[in-house]
Amino acid sequence: MSIGSGAEEGYEHYEAVVVGCGPGGAAAAARLADHGVETLVLERGVEAGSKNVSGGLLYAEESAAYTIDDLFSDFRAEAAERPVTDYHIHNMSGNRVKSYDLTDLHDHDTDWCDAVLRRPMDSWLEQRVHEKTSETGGGVLTGVRVNGLLRENGEIVGVTCDELDPIKADMIVAADGVNSELARDAGLMDWEEPDEWFQGVKAVVEMDSETIADRFDIDEDEGVAHLFSGDLFQDVRGGGFLYTNEDSLSIGTVFHLDSLVEQEAEPHELLDALLTHPLLAQWFRGEYDEREYAAKLVPDSKKVAHREPYRDRLVLVGDAAGQMQAQGPIIKGMNHAVTAGALAADAFAVTRGNADPEAAGRRYTTMLEKSGTMDKLRPRRYEVSRRVGERDVVTNAVERVLNSRVGSLAVGNPIAERALKRAYNSPFLVSMLPDTKTGYVSLPSVIGEEHGRTVHWENEIEPPTLADRIGDLTYDTDVGNPHIRLRDESYEASGAAVAACPVSAEDFGGGCYRSETVKTNGSEERLVSLDTQPCVECGTCAVVADTEWEHPRGGKGVEYREG
Amino acid sequence: MEGIVRSVVLTKGVPDFSEGAVSFNEEGHLERGKTPTVMNPNDEFALQAALQTKVRHGGHVSGMSMGPPGYASVLEEAMESVYTDDSYLLSDRELAASDTWATAITLCSAIEKYQEEVADVDLVFAGFKTADGETGQTGPQTCWGLDWPIVTHVLALDIDPDEGILRAKRLVEGDVDEIETVEAPLPCVVIADPEFEPTYRKAAHRLTHKQLRGETQERATDHEEHMTTWDHQDLNLDPDYIGLDGSPTIVSAVDPIPKAPSEREATMVDPGDEDGMETVFEEMHAFAGGD
Repeated sequence: MSIGSGAEEGYEHYEAVVVGCGPGGAAAAARLADHGVETLVLERGVEAGSKNVSGGLLYAEESAAYTIDDLFSDFRAEAAERPVTDYHIHNMSGNRVKSYDLTDLHDHDTDWCDAVLRRPMDSWLEQRVHEKTSETGGGVLTGVRVNGLLRENGEIVGVTCDELDPIKADMIVAADGVNSELARDAGLMDWEEPDEWFQGVKAVVEMDSETIADRFDIDEDEGVAHLFSGDLFQDVRGGGFLYTNEDSLSIGTVFHLDSLVEQEAEPHELLDALLTHPLLAQWFRGEYDEREYAAKLVPDSKKVAHREPYRDRLVLVGDAAGQMQAQGPIIKGMNHAVTAGALAADAFAVTRGNADPEAAGRRYTTMLEKSGTMDKLRPRRYEVSRRVGERDVVTNAVERVLNSRVGSLAVGNPIAERALKRAYNSPFLVSMLPDTKTGYVSLPSVIGEEHGRTVHWENEIEPPTLADRIGDLTYDTDVGNPHIRLRDESYEASGAAVAACPVSAEDFGGGCYRSETVKTNGSEERLVSLDTQPCVECGTCAVVADTEWEHPRGGKGVEYREG
Repeated sequence: MEGIVRSVVLTKGVPDFSEGAVSFNEEGHLERGKTPTVMNPNDEFALQAALQTKVRHGGHVSGMSMGPPGYASVLEEAMESVYTDDSYLLSDRELAASDTWATAITLCSAIEKYQEEVADVDLVFAGFKTADGETGQTGPQTCWGLDWPIVTHVLALDIDPDEGILRAKRLVEGDVDEIETVEAPLPCVVIADPEFEPTYRKAAHRLTHKQLRGETQERATDHEEHMTTWDHQDLNLDPDYIGLDGSPTIVSAVDPIPKAPSEREATMVDPGDEDGMETVFEEMHAFAGGD
């Protein structure tokens, strides 16, 4: 016995260990507790939600096997912001803007959809989950980082943590987010290809409830969603969004990570391009008070949603399994995480006591298929169209036509306008949009140019500098124990992070990544240096640079207040 | 012992010596009346050690303090922040001005009464020394009175309730600091070192800790209900052997250490005052590695 450690012989054991208390982990844990399963939830934030960011709209789909209010009855009243009652997309070309009502697409298969902020939402979920799981002999522990998998004879049997001794479990639910260390430890996910990821950047902007009602012309129980695409983001493939919360706005941008890297674009500048566009002047009216700047990596489920997200006793849920669906401009992640979490719990309940360690995982996979969840995440038809849609030849041809006078006229004629609005509202068509510049930049720009009205408003707001944005974030730095290490500091290997990291920029000394020219023996070398203090733990550099990437210890690192 | 451990933690109220709270008169003497009373900082470690024992083995922790009625706030703080189950305040005028000896006699009687009327005690925890008296004697003297073993400077400990023993690591300061591992039979007095750090490496322990937090914070809002007050008669103590009369030592005088006169002059500059700030930067320039 080692005195003072409290260590006794043998490992602690729980029937289920859930890693992460976001919507996926919360759903899994709540459902496991419903089944009477002894469930321990380990969350690395000081409170659930302190490590989480989303756009964020949370959908309840009519076709879903589980929605969040099925599992947490007062969810909408207690933990959500405003419902989305109006949905618009704006095609922009300079200051010419053509807007379409996207409400039809939004309403398709939607029971309800609410804007959410993750700190208030997830911390509320944490309380409910702790109450539920306490009744079956478990509970939620915060400030505990699970850092890997416990194996016996090569088989996954539990988890290892920074703060606790290893724990064994009959089922391990990895709901540890987009940068899941467990999914990587199990070899189920990787961080290799930038084209499999989006990067989202968001500002939560102060605006009181009455002002929101006035400027968006909505009632207390109504909310709006606006999407933005076109040439305001230069040639970077992606778009912007604005959602109304109770007393703030969530305004952000989401871009294909490979496109960000290719264009060497600065994410915070692209966000500023949206914030300062004349179209947004109608809502700001010269006032801008940013509460929080945040960033997150988003998996593209079409490419990475794992078809068999399990190994031994481990199952992956939500972002950890790549379950984030970009349905054209509409992004659905949290709802699928909830469904998947609940299904994983059900899978465990029906296979409980089965000697085969993979019984629950296999069952979960079948349930994801049968419930239609997997086909939403990773449509088979996309895999066919992808081969065509992304071929450069096709793309170039379409681009040339669009940019020609004839092409513009074709898109620009009145019949095309009606057809375009219909096309945008077709869930099938938008899910087929190829990941090329055409859908994100060229087409919206042409629509804006040909059909748009010129916006004459003056937008005079000045968003905070990157230094101020970092300065306003809360950090508990694990001094002397950086969680990311550069494996290769050459500019060729890791230089892309300088621009792509949302808290770094070329010629900015206060960020994570900096580039510097070092002179040695008469020759010059361009190197990259790293300081993890301002890190927002988004994972961008894990994909675009050569790093050893881990999360900080429990409770350490960035702490989001809004999320 | 049925796997649960009964602990009494001795704690004391001391003047809040933190800056802004403490008040001195013109002669540099502490003004007790104007300085708020807080829990003796070293007692926090004793309470943490008792809590760790309770979290790991179950059981019951009572906070105990000797002092004026105002010390109830210290016991309340112990309940609120370190989750004691109940409180015992030894308070009456006859106990006033006790030195360490008279205090130890009183505490011994109280622990004996506790054993007769409440439950057998396995562990008595005390802090290293108080921030006002600085003697470090009360704990060991109480132990002598009880005729129990004592383990001082405890950094870490484990209880084996079935064997009825305590294992501890203790800091032995010297030319080279050493950490000694010792074993002692229960009941036993434990003096926690300021370096004591509770560790909870089991999920079950952290869950228990979290549960206690919820329970005790609720209980602390109603602290009076959970506090028992005993006077010298309850403790069956002869006034000649307690309080001022029972104290062989007397503090005859306290001389403040004179403060060195300041050799520097301070000038206040409002950060909004541009000219003023300019001057500050110019003045600092020489020290910042400039010209």
